[in-house]
Amino acid sequence: MTEEPGLLATERSPGRGVVGEHETELVDRLRAGDADAFAQLVEDWTPSMLRLARTYVSTQASAEEIVQESWLAVIRGLGRFEGRSSLRTWAFRILTNQAKTRGVRESRTVPWSSVVAGERRPTVDPDRFRGPNDRWPGGWTVEGRPTAWQPTPESSAIAGEIRGRLTAALAELPERQRIVVSLRDVHGLSSDEVCEALGITAVNQRVLLHRGRAGLRASLEDYYRDAGTGVMA
Amino acid sequence: MSGTHGDQVDIACRELVEIVTDYLEGALDPAMTATVERHLAVCPHCERYIEQMRETISALGHVPVDTLSEQAKADLVAAFRDFHATDT
Repeated sequence: MTEEPGLLATERSPGRGVVGEHETELVDRLRAGDADAFAQLVEDWTPSMLRLARTYVSTQASAEEIVQESWLAVIRGLGRFEGRSSLRTWAFRILTNQAKTRGVRESRTVPWSSVVAGERRPTVDPDRFRGPNDRWPGGWTVEGRPTAWQPTPESSAIAGEIRGRLTAALAELPERQRIVVSLRDVHGLSSDEVCEALGITAVNQRVLLHRGRAGLRASLEDYYRDAGTGVMA
Repeated sequence: MSGTHGDQVDIACRELVEIVTDYLEGALDPAMTATVERHLAVCPHCERYIEQMRETISALGHVPVDTLSEQAKADLVAAFRDFHATDT
């Protein structure tokens, strides 16, 4: 059998689950006891499993225990996996079941369906747009329009600072926004995966994703503005 | 600017920034998608806003994440080997 380095997700595509022919081959390898395949799976999926488990419990230690228990359940249950869903969906269901059980015991719940006051507010300051009596109502004002981000966030010169800023900004987001943005954009889970794992609708998810992303974009905007005015060293 | 041109609807910048995520997710209906794209074609500010949103999303993909310790991962692989060692 040829080795396919790209067979299993690496680096930042762990959320893009292995599907189709690759998945059948992966499942066969796992069932045959291929420990390297299993090790790669653990490597790729554990970070998002941890993030998901952490949604349900109060401590990182609890989340780690849940993830370890879930992997053991995956090992034991592989023989019964029938392929009706993707392997990843199946593994994540095991995880969320374990996490919910533990979460109930720890009395921790995230109120997903409630609308927090202020969630209907615009995500961009209305002062940045022209008023209804303006010649171009609702258009960006000269002062309010977005300014260029130079160098871009991907530039190696500032990538480290950008990562630091985003890490800090994520921690400051309201919890539900942080969870959704983390699962979608940091960990790369699909919209369907996030909706299923959290038990929320696509619309709910988009509202939280939108607000979270807008907040993070704004934090990078602040970074560039401060850098431009020389506030940052 | 909001309004209509013939049978085409426009969208104001202030409204567009609130549906950016719906647009990027492909959740807008075809008519609204077309409206957004018409606007983006003539509004460099909104175009820049969406590009910055894309750059933010891309940068998020590089944020460091927690994982299990190397020992914990090794223990799991050992458990996998043990489980399959009894198969023979």
